[in-house]
Amino acid sequence: MDFTFSDDQRVFCDNVKQFLHSEVTPERLRSGWDSASGRDDTLWQQMVDLGLPAMLVPEAFGGLGMNELDFVLLAQECGRVALAEPLVETALVATPLLACQAERDTRCASLLEKIATGERRVAVGHAVNPTVSDAHVADYLLLPNGNEFHLVERERVKLIPMQSVDPSRRLFKVEWRPEEETRLVNGAPGVAALAATLNRGALGAAAQLIGLAEAMVEMTVQYTTDRTQFGRAIGSNQALKHHMANCAVKTEFAKPALYRAAYTVSQRPVHADFAVSHAKVAAGEAALLAAKNCIQSHGAMGYTWECNLHIWMKRAWALDKFWGHSGFHKNRLHQWLMNPNAKIGADKTFGEQG
Amino acid sequence: MDLNYTPEQIAFRHEVRAWLDANVPVTPLQSFDTAEGFAQHRQWEQTLAQGNWGMVTWPKEYGGRGCNLIEWLIFEEEYYRAQAPLRVNQNGIFLLGPTLMEYGTPEQKARFLTRMASGDEMWAQGWSEPGAGSDMAAIRSKAIRDGDEYVINGQKVWSTRAVFADWVFCIFRTDADSERHHGLSFVLVPLDAPGITVRPIPQLNGLPGFAEIFFDDVRVPVANRLGEEGQGWNIAMATAGFERGLMLRSPARFQETAKRLVALYRAHANDILDLSVEDAVVKSFMDAEAYALSTYQTASRLMKGGKIGSEASVNKIFWSELDQHMHETAMRILASNAELLPDAKTETDTGHWMDGFLFAQSGPIYAGTNEIQRNIIAERLLGMPRK
Ligand SMILES: Cc1cc2nc3c(=O)[nH]c(=O)nc-3n(C[C@H](O)[C@H](O)[C@H](O)COP(=O)(O)OP(=O)(O)OC[C@H]3O[C@@H](n4cnc5c(N)ncnc54)[C@H](O)[C@@H]3O)c2cc1C
Repeated sequence: MDFTFSDDQRVFCDNVKQFLHSEVTPERLRSGWDSASGRDDTLWQQMVDLGLPAMLVPEAFGGLGMNELDFVLLAQECGRVALAEPLVETALVATPLLACQAERDTRCASLLEKIATGERRVAVGHAVNPTVSDAHVADYLLLPNGNEFHLVERERVKLIPMQSVDPSRRLFKVEWRPEEETRLVNGAPGVAALAATLNRGALGAAAQLIGLAEAMVEMTVQYTTDRTQFGRAIGSNQALKHHMANCAVKTEFAKPALYRAAYTVSQRPVHADFAVSHAKVAAGEAALLAAKNCIQSHGAMGYTWECNLHIWMKRAWALDKFWGHSGFHKNRLHQWLMNPNAKIGADKTFGEQG
Repeated sequence: MDLNYTPEQIAFRHEVRAWLDANVPVTPLQSFDTAEGFAQHRQWEQTLAQGNWGMVTWPKEYGGRGCNLIEWLIFEEEYYRAQAPLRVNQNGIFLLGPTLMEYGTPEQKARFLTRMASGDEMWAQGWSEPGAGSDMAAIRSKAIRDGDEYVINGQKVWSTRAVFADWVFCIFRTDADSERHHGLSFVLVPLDAPGITVRPIPQLNGLPGFAEIFFDDVRVPVANRLGEEGQGWNIAMATAGFERGLMLRSPARFQETAKRLVALYRAHANDILDLSVEDAVVKSFMDAEAYALSTYQTASRLMKGGKIGSEASVNKIFWSELDQHMHETAMRILASNAELLPDAKTETDTGHWMDGFLFAQSGPIYAGTNEIQRNIIAERLLGMPRK
C-alpha cells in the first residue's frame, strides 16, 4: 500500500509543466481565438516531439508505453495552463481506444504510429457528449453508433461548428453514416470500449478541472494581494481569505479521489465506474466553486474580457459538463451505493482485499 | 503507487479483527462522561493494553507494536468496524503521545508513554483559558520557576475529560514578563496535585464532558516540562498538527458512520419526501471516502519522510464539516423522530443519531475553530496578505 507518485512520475510531470508554462501563455491562447482553426500546429508538433500524444501507446506501436497514472498529473497541468490543444483527449482517450484494437486491426496499428510521429490526428465522440471536440483538425474520427465504434475519415463526414462560450474550444456536430468498412468494434467488446472511453474521458476532464481550479485560486491570490482598497490589500480581508480557503479545501479533497480513479482505470478498469464518477463530481465541484469565488474576489475586473480569469472559468464551466455532467455521474454513484449488495465500509476503501 | 495491501498487511487486518471479535464488549459501555462509564472505558483501555493494542504505532518498549501508519489505519478501520468503545484516552495517545515521541527525553518517554499505552493514566489537554480561546497566545496562567519546581497559578477551561482524568498537559507562561507566543512552556501536571480544583462543565447533552481547572500555587518538578523553557508554543503547534492533520480523527470513524447513514436511508427511503436527502446521503459517503483516501495519501507521504504542515488545517475543516453534514442528513431522514433521545425507546432505536448530532456541533469549534483554520489556509498555504 503506497498512495504516492513515484519520483519518476513527478520529475516527468515537472518537465512537462515547465514546457507548458513557457509555451502556453494567455497571449498565445488569445491569439488562437482569432485564427481559423484555433489550433497551433507548431505547439502540437512540439508535444509530439516530447512523445506526449502517444504516451500511453505501447512501445511496439511507437508510443512511450506509459499508463494513466503516469499521465494524470500531466492532465492536471494541461488544465492549469488552459491548454487548447486536444492533448488530454488524444493521449488518454483516443489512442488507448485505438491501442485496444491494434492487435486485430491493422488500420489502428498504423494510425497509432502516425499519431506518434505527428502525421495524423484523431478525435473521439461519445453518446454522453452532444458534440465532438477538435474534429476539424483530426484526420480520423472515432464515432459511436449504438454498441459500435467506427473509425471514419474526416473527409467522409460533415462537420457543423457549434460555438462554445469558451473561445478556445472547437466543437462540432458530426453528420455521418456508419458503414460496414468503418466499423472498428461491436457487440460486447464494443460495449466495453464505449464504457472505457467514457471513463477515460471523464478522468481526463476531472484532472483538468483540478488544474483549472488551482490556477484560478493562484491568480486570484495574486490579484487580491496587489489590489488595494481602503488603504490595504483586498486579500487581507477575511471574507476573501475564506473564499479562497474554501476552494483549497474542495480541491485538496478532490485530488485523492482523482488519483484513485487514475489508479483504478489503469489497474482494475472493470471497477473504475465508481472511482471515476467520484473524481468527476468532486473535481467539477471544486472547479465551479473556484470560478465563482474567484470572479467575486476580482470585482468588476473579473467580469471583463480583458482579464485572463475567464479563460479558466469558461473552460471549467465547459469541462464540468463534458464527459458526463454531475447528474450523470451522481446517478452512477447513487445506483452503486443504493444497491443493497454494495460492499461498503471502512475496510473497503480500496475494494475487497483478503 | 500501489493500492494493494501486502499479504502481511492483510494478515495484520485478520489478526486485529479476530482479537476485536473476541474482546469487544457485547453491551455498549456507558458514556465516558459519567463516572461509571469512565471507569468502564478505563478498563477497556487496559484490556486493549493486555492484547498489546494500546497504541500500535509506538515502539514495543513503550507498549506498542512498532506498526507503521498504514497498519495504524488498518487497525482503526477494524476498530470502528467492530464498534469498539471510543478511546477515552484519545488526548493522551493521539496528541500527547506523538508529541512526547518527538520532544520527550528518554526518561519522560519511559515514564509517560508506557503508562499511557497500558491504560493506567488518562490525559486531559489544558490549553484554553477564559481569555485565550482562538487567540491562544493570550495565555496568562503562569508557571514560575522556584528551584527544581514550577509554581503554577491560573485557570484553564474546556478541558475535555478533565473531570475524571489523571493528568493534564498544559501551556503556561514561564516567563512572567513575556508577551504572546514567547515565554510559554509545555508542562505535564498530575490532576491530584495539591492546589488544583476541577470544576465540571456540563455540555449540550447535560454530561460533564469538559471542565475548568483552577491552579493555586500548584508545584510540579521542572522535569515535567516537555522540551525547552520558552519552546511551548512550537511544541503546541506540533501537537495541534497531529490533532488536526492525522491522528485525532481517523477516517474509519466517518466511513462507518456513512455506512450506517446509508442503511438508515434505505430503511426509511419510502417515507422520505425530500428528494435532495438521497443526494446528501451519497455526498456524505463520497466525502467520507475522500477523507479516507486523503489520509492514506498523508500516511504514505509521512512514511517516506514527509511532514505535516498547514494542510492539517484543510483536513480539520473537512472532517468536522463532514461529520456535521452526515448528522444533519440523519436528522433529515429521521424527520419528526429526530429529536428523540436514546432513552425514548423507538422501534428502530435511532436515538443515538441525536447524540452524534449534538457532538458534531462541536467539531468546527474544538481543535481550533474552522474560521481560524480558514485564516491559516489563506495566509500560510495560499500566501494571502496578513494585513
Ligand atoms: C467539545 C469541546 C472540547 C474542547 N476540549 C478542549 C480541551 O480539551 N482543551 C482545551 O484546551 N480546549 C478545548 N476546547 C476549547 C477550544 O479549543 C476552543 O473552544 C476554541 O479554540 C475556540 O475558542 P473559544 O471557545 O474561546 O471561542 P472564541 O475564540 O471566542 O471564538 C468564538 C467565535 O469567534 C470566531 N473568531 C474568533 N477569532 C476570530 C478571528 N480572528 N477570525 C475569525 N473568526 C474568529 C471563532 O471562529 C468562533 O466562531 C474544547 C472545545 C469544545 C467545544
